[in-house]
Amino acid sequence: MKLLTGNDLPTGDVTWWTGQGWSRHVQDAVDVGDKGEAIANAEEGARRVNAPYVIDATLTEEGPRPAHIKDRVRALGPTVRLDLTLKPADPAAGNWVI
Amino acid sequence: MYKYDQYDQAIVDARVAEFRDQVTRRLAGQITEDQFKPLRLMNGLYLQLHAYMLRVAVPYGTLDGRQMRMLGHIARKYDRGYGHFTTRQNIQYNWIKLSDAPDILADLATVEMHAIQTSGNCIRNISSDQYAGAAADEVADPRPWAELLRQWSTFHPEFSYLPRKFKIAVIAADEDRAAMRLHDIGIQLVERDGKLGGRIFVGGGMGRTPMVAPEIKDFIGAEDLLSYVEACLRVYNRYGRRDNIYKARIKILIHELGADEYRRQVEEEFKLVKALGIDPPQAEFDRIAAYFAPPAFEAGASDAIDRSDPDFAVWLDQNVKAHKRPGYAIVNISLKPAGGIPGDASAEQIDLMADLAGRYSFDELRVTHAQNIVLPHVRKADLHTIWQALHGAGLAEANLDLITDIIACPGLDYCSLANARSIPVAQKIADRFADPARQRDLGELKLKISGCINACGHHHAGHIGILGVDKKGTENYQLLLGGSGAEDASLGKITGPGFDEDGIVDAVERVTDRYVALREEGERFLDTYRRVGIDPFKEAIYG
Repeated sequence: MKLLTGNDLPTGDVTWWTGQGWSRHVQDAVDVGDKGEAIANAEEGARRVNAPYVIDATLTEEGPRPAHIKDRVRALGPTVRLDLTLKPADPAAGNWVI
Repeated sequence: MYKYDQYDQAIVDARVAEFRDQVTRRLAGQITEDQFKPLRLMNGLYLQLHAYMLRVAVPYGTLDGRQMRMLGHIARKYDRGYGHFTTRQNIQYNWIKLSDAPDILADLATVEMHAIQTSGNCIRNISSDQYAGAAADEVADPRPWAELLRQWSTFHPEFSYLPRKFKIAVIAADEDRAAMRLHDIGIQLVERDGKLGGRIFVGGGMGRTPMVAPEIKDFIGAEDLLSYVEACLRVYNRYGRRDNIYKARIKILIHELGADEYRRQVEEEFKLVKALGIDPPQAEFDRIAAYFAPPAFEAGASDAIDRSDPDFAVWLDQNVKAHKRPGYAIVNISLKPAGGIPGDASAEQIDLMADLAGRYSFDELRVTHAQNIVLPHVRKADLHTIWQALHGAGLAEANLDLITDIIACPGLDYCSLANARSIPVAQKIADRFADPARQRDLGELKLKISGCINACGHHHAGHIGILGVDKKGTENYQLLLGGSGAEDASLGKITGPGFDEDGIVDAVERVTDRYVALREEGERFLDTYRRVGIDPFKEAIYG
């Protein structure tokens, strides 16, 4: 599957295209198929996202999992500061990245 | 400490106002990201993996308590309670909002700080010896020269769009504590026949094509130093490659031209530049130098230290260095606690270090390229009190220059350029070698980790270096041996095939075990490596 990701313009937060808008959680991301570039152009033009790009991912029981470790780190947060990630209460959250 | 004059302050204030307007226009959609990106980078604002990252300049690594407290304030108010001190003697914040960036720069400007020239193809923040003004072995304080270069390079119209970024270091001692020969220009102030001048090294650097800078001028008088540096830049600006980012650094130009031909061109250019009269009048240099006059050291300060507390004594032997004044010492505060993140400090720790500087070090601090902090002028009588305060804040790790005093870039946990994570590897190595006695037995051993070929973690210059690479989508770590960023500068050699995260920790241990087996009396790891070569270590690693 293909996911569309980028950063929120004013805050820089990592965001994922949900089909309706943008979410901080990769679990909300949807397969954009071959529409990613078109959506990215429209959304970036409207300043709803900054520096968007399309990535490969696989669909797992937990939801979409980016294919590349860099995007998994983006999706979770720094593995060395789990308290600052989106799953601060899960001590094993870093395993999802690796 | 240098103090801004009206021109310095006006320049910085104007830049804040300009950037505020640029951010407003970007958020309003009046300029695109392509248009905005070079503008934000000129103000040190990057877009990294999780958020915007702001890199704040610490000129030649020197700070006063007021500035340090401001760094803590920014961490607390605008970031997530911490900052990351870098191998360029700067500080980075990882969680910055674009909408906050103008306010942060405005706050910095109130304490004579900014984020200018921390990105882009310009002359970057000048770096220097963290012991400047305190070291017994310096021929002069290098900071007035670094400050002169800062003023000269700030918004220099000719050098704002160089072929590539440009890094300059100034030192004034034979012991190189600033990795001077791994800079685009390294200046070592020296005395010849009672006259101050500089040895000029050009074309060093790490990254994709690491090189140790060759000496281009064995002595240039202090009165000609700035003109000579300008001549070095001019030749680079004219002939440095702009067609290929990977061949654009000055080291490539000098490698292709040859040091002799580059030197010949610089000498010709120097004659033209000298006639322009850019070297400052002595009175102007003296004005700058006056800001770096020695503080009011206490005459007759005692050299006695009570070593009865064994933990304090260990810290004393490892982290405290000789000062040029009797009764005083240089304190190194390690930002490498066991299990910690190299270079990170919380807002509270930053505040504490500022307070200690105010009370015990004439309000001065230094940031080191090894990602530690220095209190440069401490009475020996105050050392135990300082150690107790540091101990209570998790800042008293007695590991300076030992195997756990690891330089590590932010790596893939934060950096969009990285291919692999650096910090977890540093933490696992620190954990493996956690026994303080074992660390001290291994002695001076500089271990440096980069998460990509750009080498922000100085892996080429590590006695043991580690480079993280992307191997078919997984993290892989190459091991290098034999590098040095000191006066005996050398580049590490790759041992062979790489390892996964746990494998690289095992490989490091096999290397240190072999060192212990091979070392002769008084030999550091690097000495043994240079004596026996890489083969015994490869055998230990790969069998």
